[in-house]
Amino acid sequence: MMNMETVLFYLFAAIAVLSALLVVANPFSRNPVTSAMFLVLTMASLAGLFVLLHAFFLAAAQILVYAGAVMVLFLFVIMLLDLKAEERRRIHFTGVAAGIVSVGTILAIFLTRLGASSVSGPKDPVLEGQTRDLGRLLFEGYLLPLEIVGVLLLVAMVGVVLLSKKELK
Amino acid sequence: MNIGLEHYLIVSALLFSLGLLGVITRRNLLIIYMSLELMLNSANLALVAFSRFNNQLDGQVMVFFIMTVAAAEVAVGLALIVAIFRRRQTTHVEDLTSLKL
Repeated sequence: MMNMETVLFYLFAAIAVLSALLVVANPFSRNPVTSAMFLVLTMASLAGLFVLLHAFFLAAAQILVYAGAVMVLFLFVIMLLDLKAEERRRIHFTGVAAGIVSVGTILAIFLTRLGASSVSGPKDPVLEGQTRDLGRLLFEGYLLPLEIVGVLLLVAMVGVVLLSKKELK
Repeated sequence: MNIGLEHYLIVSALLFSLGLLGVITRRNLLIIYMSLELMLNSANLALVAFSRFNNQLDGQVMVFFIMTVAAAEVAVGLALIVAIFRRRQTTHVEDLTSLKL
């Protein structure tokens, strides 16, 4: 008899991996919009996995930032650029085969090392990713990185405004 | 059977490999970019799992920063893609070979 958490883990993990596969290699459609939609599904199921890991704030942020902001930006750009010609491109099978072989090797290395190591933590972890604890740690232990990230966002914003100008004067 | 750290790490490794596969095999800049996002997210999942099973909240702060940097990176990258498209009318990497000798 499996408990609820196990069932939910396998459900979310299966959805995440399957829709990630459909982002990368969709046999039915090579339209970027389809890929973007499956990426939204991956992000949402990752948020579900975060909830199972008791990282509640990060689950909310994952939905808000990725499924909300980032993917809307992606869809906006895909709709803005008219990409009709992309679907007629033929696939280079040698490149795809080389990619599958190399990535399969890397995955095999990952999994064998994971099997050989003893990474398993405590059987009943107690950490709770409450927003209060996370905020306290963020503003007490990580204040300088937080400020630097704020500056980074400002720099990115200025850069984007500069890049989207028609011509640079 | 309880779900342990290694289950989450396996899912993370699978997602990372799929993202890497997308970056290597797909030729559309936008889909390469989505695969990059997938790789960042798999790293996030591994960090949250390590954080939970090592009883340290610092991993979640790291994920918070990664999300912020990813958002900034997506904004800049998509602006670059739009600029490239405006100039060359394509987002296909095989058409963008002006650096090739």
